[in-house]
Amino acid sequence: MTVASSSPPSRLPSRGVEGTAPKPRSGRKRERDGGSRGDGALAALFIAPAMLGFLVFLLWPTLRGIYLSFTRFNLLTPAEWVGLDNYRRMVNDPIFWDSLKVTVEYVFINIGVQTVSALAIAVLLQRLTQSAVLRGVVLTPYLMSNVVAGIVWLWMLDTQLGIGNEIIAGLGFDRIPFLADETWAIPTIALINVWRHVGYTALLLFAGLQAIPNDMYEAAKVDGASEWRMFWRITMPLLRPVLAVVLIMTVIGSFQVFDTVAVTTNGGPANATNVLQFYIYGSAFGRFQFGYASAMSVALLVVLSAITILQYRLTRAGRTDLG
Amino acid sequence: MRIRTRTVVALTGALALSLVTGCAQGGAAGAGAGTVTYWLWDANQLPAYQACAKDFEKQNPGLDVRITQMGWADYWTKLTASFIAGTEPDVFTDHIQKFGQFADLNVLEPLDDLDIDEAAYQPGLAANWTGQDGHRYGAPKDWDTVALFYNRKLTKAAGLAADELNGLAWNPEDGGTFEKAIAHLTVDRNGRRGDEEGFDKNNVEVYGLATGGAGDSDGQTTWSPFAASAGWRYTDKARWGTEYQYDSKTFQSVIDWYFGLAEKGYLAPFTDYTDGANPPNAQVASGRAATAFDGAWMISTYYGTKGLDVGTAVTPAGPTGKRATMMNGLADSVTKNAHNKAGAKKWVRYLASDECQKTVGGYGIVFPATPGGTEAAVAAYRKKDIDVSAFTGPVADKKDFTTFSFPVTDYAADVYALMRPAMQDVFANNAPVKGLTKTNDQINFILGQ
Repeated sequence: MTVASSSPPSRLPSRGVEGTAPKPRSGRKRERDGGSRGDGALAALFIAPAMLGFLVFLLWPTLRGIYLSFTRFNLLTPAEWVGLDNYRRMVNDPIFWDSLKVTVEYVFINIGVQTVSALAIAVLLQRLTQSAVLRGVVLTPYLMSNVVAGIVWLWMLDTQLGIGNEIIAGLGFDRIPFLADETWAIPTIALINVWRHVGYTALLLFAGLQAIPNDMYEAAKVDGASEWRMFWRITMPLLRPVLAVVLIMTVIGSFQVFDTVAVTTNGGPANATNVLQFYIYGSAFGRFQFGYASAMSVALLVVLSAITILQYRLTRAGRTDLG
Repeated sequence: MRIRTRTVVALTGALALSLVTGCAQGGAAGAGAGTVTYWLWDANQLPAYQACAKDFEKQNPGLDVRITQMGWADYWTKLTASFIAGTEPDVFTDHIQKFGQFADLNVLEPLDDLDIDEAAYQPGLAANWTGQDGHRYGAPKDWDTVALFYNRKLTKAAGLAADELNGLAWNPEDGGTFEKAIAHLTVDRNGRRGDEEGFDKNNVEVYGLATGGAGDSDGQTTWSPFAASAGWRYTDKARWGTEYQYDSKTFQSVIDWYFGLAEKGYLAPFTDYTDGANPPNAQVASGRAATAFDGAWMISTYYGTKGLDVGTAVTPAGPTGKRATMMNGLADSVTKNAHNKAGAKKWVRYLASDECQKTVGGYGIVFPATPGGTEAAVAAYRKKDIDVSAFTGPVADKKDFTTFSFPVTDYAADVYALMRPAMQDVFANNAPVKGLTKTNDQINFILGQ
């Protein structure tokens, strides 16, 4: 044990070091050395498709979007430079601030509920069952497209005709306008997306849990620790890096919520679910104000970058406590 | 190794090429010199226009009309995208609400050389499609009006005869006979009617009137029949107005009364309406509402609903003494960058002809713009045992009826974007109607730019 921990590099390839005879390796090594330049070219080729995609679909649109945010542009006539006008308008636009508020509210409910439930599911999957079927079942909502999920829930939760409200009314309670009332709409949309994504998130966390050595739990058990204590003392600290990355990813995704809103509420009632992406979309493709929409997109990019960096720092996502 | 590298190069190249060329395919693909591409959104109308295309091709050898149909929501997104990508159709079905924006974007071809005779169509239809520059950008195609659809079983049970339903009147003070009728049609959980003692407005089983939402900027099938019969109009001028009038006292008192019907339990509340799941016709079909204001384009849907015995009545007479209904007409427009402009104009000329419109009318799904086409449609509906006089009456009878159009102005998309949440706020959140004055100021500020 002590040897292994004092010289970390020997830990992982220990079997390889023991089992490798120098002779056959050297032959392969020479071939590798000789072909290193060729490998570089090959590597570049393999990266090329992804790089092309990155340049064409990410870098160029981002740069162009930033440029367009300083223009008045309707897509069909040439863009006209207006300096900081769009940003000035944004700062003074109450609908923009309201949509940012609505988006943050959505993210809090969505990420809060989703992360806690996903963690619970992942721990249960790891500690209680080995069933592959169950793991598959947990993932099934994720196989459905967002739009289909949105439509199905829209129908099920309809105030008059939905089966959900039929049951509620049948039990003698008042019908709940889940998607048509300003207080209910955002939590409802947030929970619909939790339903769809929780299995996927749980699976990511589950993979992180698998990396925690089982002997730690065994040792803790020998010491008489409860499951609850083991969760807080072993699982949580060791899962932290994975949890942090999952959080960063899901928060970014959550901020970009669009399709569920477009399908279920169209931003209503009275802008109660007018999330930022939906407002951007409406400004661009409804009102042809591509300059202003670009400015808001840039704002979203800045907000997301700041949140991601902050999360990365706070959760020390780049470092592990294992080993 | 070399071969492998080459394969990778080839694959990468192929991928890159497909990325670049992938976008360029689409609309123009396979369109020969004699092809005219035509887009429409109503699937019900597709067979009628296919019949027109067949006749047109027979008369014009060498021209081939290729029709594409897609749903309303996709239609406008795809059309916008096609203008940007340069893959637009030669001819497309145009809506008056979009006309202003398309005119601003300069994507429509003037159709002055078609020499459209305004008198050859139902009144007002042709004139709407003239831009602010005086040029014509659309050839009249069809029209629709709004009327009251009712569930015959429920009106019978309430003792309301068809004559009574056709003779209703309203006013913003006490709602008149119209409010009395829908109150009487409303039934609560205990079987009490809306006009009876002890009526429980919080537990309504059947609403007198279905909800079509807050009506956005036009209220076509919600509040517009009332606002217009009170003498109000959207803008200061019939066409290309420069100021909206949502700040008018008349308008705001109508809105107050209309949404107030939901407070009383007679009109289904805002929360009962969803575009996708529960439009007015679904509320009537499910028996949750006894009546609904809806457009002529919904006739086949209502009458085709299994187990629903439906009738139609004219809109109620308002304070002006007249019954008002929005008359909206679609048109066919040619795109500025049409691949086959000469063929496109020929096709539009044929679409606007009495010959094609009579063919379309014969299918009994829409009222064509020419009087001959309209007659053919009325006859076709009669054959299906459907009485459409509640829709055609207002167009023929100018003494008792007044028809009005969608507002035709610049910045229609901005007006919609501002009015939609504002009207929802009034209906859903009981925001005071006075707030609409501020929204109106914002709209007029944009229009004044």
